[in-house]
Amino acid sequence: MAIKNSQNQVPDTGHEWDGIRELTNPPPRWWTIAFYLSAVWVIVYLIIYPSIPLVTDHTKGVIGWTAIGEYKEAVAANDAIRKPYLDKLETMSAQDIINDPEMLNFANSSTKALFGDYCAACHGSNGQGIAGMFPVLLDDDWLYGGTVSDITTTIASGRKGNMPAHTGTLDDTQINLLTDFVIAAAAGSATQEGWDAYQAAGCFACHGADAKGNKWMGSANLTDGIWRFGSDREAVMNVIKHGVNQDGVDGTVDGVMPAFGDRLSTNDIKLLTVKVWSLGGGQSE
Amino acid sequence: MSEEKNNLENIHNIEKIYNESAEHFDVNLGGKKIHPKKVSGRFRNYKNFAWVFWIGYILLPYLRWDGQQSILFDIPKRQFHLFSITVYPQDIWMLAFLLILLAMMLFGITAIAGRVFCGYFCFQTVWTDWFVQIESWIEGNPTQRRKLDDAPWSAKKIRKKSFKYLIWILISLLTGITFAAYFTDAYQLWVDIFTLQAHLYVWVTLLAFFVGTFLFAGFMRDQVCLWLCPYARIQSVMIDKDSILPTYDVKRGEPRSKAKKGVIDSEHGDCIDCKVCVAVCPMGVDIRNSALQEGCIMCGVCIDACDDIMDKVNRPRGLIRYNSEKEIEGIDLPPVYKRPRVIIYAGISLIAIMAIVMGLLNIPPLAVTVIHERQPMYVTMSDGSIRNSYTFKILNKTPEALNVKISVEGIDGIVMKGVGEFVILKPNKMIPFSVRLEAMPDKVVDKKVPVYFTITTVDSDIKISERYENFFAKP
Repeated sequence: MAIKNSQNQVPDTGHEWDGIRELTNPPPRWWTIAFYLSAVWVIVYLIIYPSIPLVTDHTKGVIGWTAIGEYKEAVAANDAIRKPYLDKLETMSAQDIINDPEMLNFANSSTKALFGDYCAACHGSNGQGIAGMFPVLLDDDWLYGGTVSDITTTIASGRKGNMPAHTGTLDDTQINLLTDFVIAAAAGSATQEGWDAYQAAGCFACHGADAKGNKWMGSANLTDGIWRFGSDREAVMNVIKHGVNQDGVDGTVDGVMPAFGDRLSTNDIKLLTVKVWSLGGGQSE
Repeated sequence: MSEEKNNLENIHNIEKIYNESAEHFDVNLGGKKIHPKKVSGRFRNYKNFAWVFWIGYILLPYLRWDGQQSILFDIPKRQFHLFSITVYPQDIWMLAFLLILLAMMLFGITAIAGRVFCGYFCFQTVWTDWFVQIESWIEGNPTQRRKLDDAPWSAKKIRKKSFKYLIWILISLLTGITFAAYFTDAYQLWVDIFTLQAHLYVWVTLLAFFVGTFLFAGFMRDQVCLWLCPYARIQSVMIDKDSILPTYDVKRGEPRSKAKKGVIDSEHGDCIDCKVCVAVCPMGVDIRNSALQEGCIMCGVCIDACDDIMDKVNRPRGLIRYNSEKEIEGIDLPPVYKRPRVIIYAGISLIAIMAIVMGLLNIPPLAVTVIHERQPMYVTMSDGSIRNSYTFKILNKTPEALNVKISVEGIDGIVMKGVGEFVILKPNKMIPFSVRLEAMPDKVVDKKVPVYFTITTVDSDIKISERYENFFAKP
């Protein structure tokens, strides 16, 4: 069979390595055209788009496209979608938002960044808190109450707990007895002796006669086991001995919720209230 | 007597055959333009059948079905409409089977008859066919076309060429618009294009297809198949000794010699070296060199052309015919259904078809995902119960709003919170919502126990009741 254009008939450069000849036949014409077109495209691109870095600036390109411009357009498009919701938010109270499923959905999804920026550092990305240090926002146990207005106040004005240290006023036996009582109370098995000690030490003044705490002053409910500063014996005893937020007392536990009223807009506080309320523990007024 | 007379007449006609020039090259390196001769015959007719199918491609988007476009790949809404079926990305696994099916069909057909996909069905072949046809209407037969190409520019040449390009451009535009029409409303698309309001994506798609069609079908033609198509390489390796390919019968044809007036030469073979088989080949292949050539797209027009010549010189047809390597060697070809490759390809195709049919018949009306909250896994409530949180993502694939009831079982006294009694699922939408389960720890037998959500439609013609398993964790 006759094969034309075979390698033997094609002129070569005279170079040969191990029997491989370097040929001089040109690439296909369409290939050459495509090659020059690509070169033309480079020039077209240079003219259309920002391309050449200069000393202080860069060439702008004839269509004025920039990456930041495209980004800003995308942001504006996103803002346009959010606008009707945001406008509605302005006029609604936190409770109104909670009552409106669509707005609630919007508030919850649009608060992710806000919650991440201002709350997550202590309360965790999902509100799970940090055991023994920062409160869980997902349960229904609230030191200062879990209604919409309680949560708004907490976020806007902050909270600072206050429990006196008892090392000076009570001896070790009494402290031991009280520690046992608190742990037993959470389990529902407190003895009469324990209740007597509780009365005698004056704990009822803050924690109430039934030891269920007082939302008004943020004292803990001693009959459930959900305690901010830990529920093992050592942690409980430490709180009784050294108190909470006591100036000049060694070993006192710090527990401060900062006030966000000056740092966040009313709208943001409203949104965060909705978010925290709907995490799962929100209570009705 | 009359037969002899016919014979002589035919041989007179042979002169005409030789007068038409035919070029010959094995591989078009890009410097030459192939002007294939027109041919008529059996295989040419098959090719015409194949291109009629592509007319369907152009018309299909304008069909309406159930009040919407019959075929619409709605990417922004992530819905794919195929007549009455709507496919969502969740059901896209069927696409894998569709691709398997197409691949297997191709492999099978290639194993049986070589690159006939290339020769008959491929859009490159079909569009090139159209373009060549238009070229021949406007510029005449291949000889006239070559003359015109070589002629200096004149008003006539400019007129003919520009008229040809205009029609090519119109076809290319139609091709581009048609492709875009599968992804957006076809009628609105025309309005948008003529009012210059179309989306940037439409313009880009249109431009790409317009330029691609114009260049590939108009100018590059055979070179696309030879140099650019990755697929030609794949298909070539599917051919085996059983595949039937257009083959020149060397024993019968050789030694070839020019037919002479009134002489029937018994020393020479049947090939009269008229080169018509080369002249008609859209790829510029000389089939007489070998059956398997990289350029050969196995379209069979050389067979039509040769049969025509054999009729004229009163010799039996089939000097060039579809023939397998085995048949050439004198071995009988086993029937198609007894060849292992064909059986395997057909088997896999069948499985793929069944999977697609089953999939299409059983597209679930809801796509449900239940995600257990991982951080934290559980929360203790003030009454001592344990709470687990779940995020539900339910996509309602039906065109109407569904009222569903979600219930849970698996733990004694388990309580569901966070959703009301009924959830309204908007059509074609997915809005996530949160569900909380609470149970007393003493009822939860292990650190992790299974719970079952049941989603049931309420007051609806669409009856759905599906169970989804998840787990409940405790400290």
